[in-house]
Amino acid sequence: MPTADELQRRIEAAIPDSSAQVIDLTGGGDHFRAQVFSPAFEGMTRIQQHRLVYDVFGDEVGGHIHALSITTRTSQ
Amino acid sequence: MTESNPIRDAIQQAIDEHSVILFMKGTPDQPACGFSARTVAALQALGTPFAAVDILPDPRIREELSAISNWPTIPQLFVGGDLIGGCDIVTEMFESGELAQALGVEQPEDAAAPEAEAAAAPPMGIENRLG
Repeated sequence: MPTADELQRRIEAAIPDSSAQVIDLTGGGDHFRAQVFSPAFEGMTRIQQHRLVYDVFGDEVGGHIHALSITTRTSQ
Repeated sequence: MTESNPIRDAIQQAIDEHSVILFMKGTPDQPACGFSARTVAALQALGTPFAAVDILPDPRIREELSAISNWPTIPQLFVGGDLIGGCDIVTEMFESGELAQALGVEQPEDAAAPEAEAAAAPPMGIENRLG
């Protein structure tokens, strides 16, 4: 079962210069909300920004991560 | 030779044929997921007619849809054949007025929190199109 901390670490490791705040919405380890800040989002559409975050988890989103709600910003 | 994929073809055809189409869990009348409900509410708050496809009846619909769109979650809103986004992006765009702009409609004055209303269009079943 993934934890919010684990998701946060994986996002920050995968997306350049990013910082992430992740909360477990239900406490059940399967519905998360992530707010991600990274200059890497600059010039990208929202779709591209969110794909970058989804891509960190591949098939896990829709698998054991049932829901990952995403907000992206270029800076904090 | 490409393998025949009637479900993927039917999904692509539905996207091509409907200028505004939402793939969701459940129906606009009875959304089966909070994210789908919120997305329906945003569209209904703008008064835009939209086609809706329930992905739940057959797991292959979701698989093929995600293969077409390169997007892992449901709901998915397409406008003019392009993926606009899921619940997060649609909600954000609704609140900023960008969704109204993308749909070519006027933003209502009080657009802070969309509430669920009556369905704008009857649901459409992909599985019914596989003749």
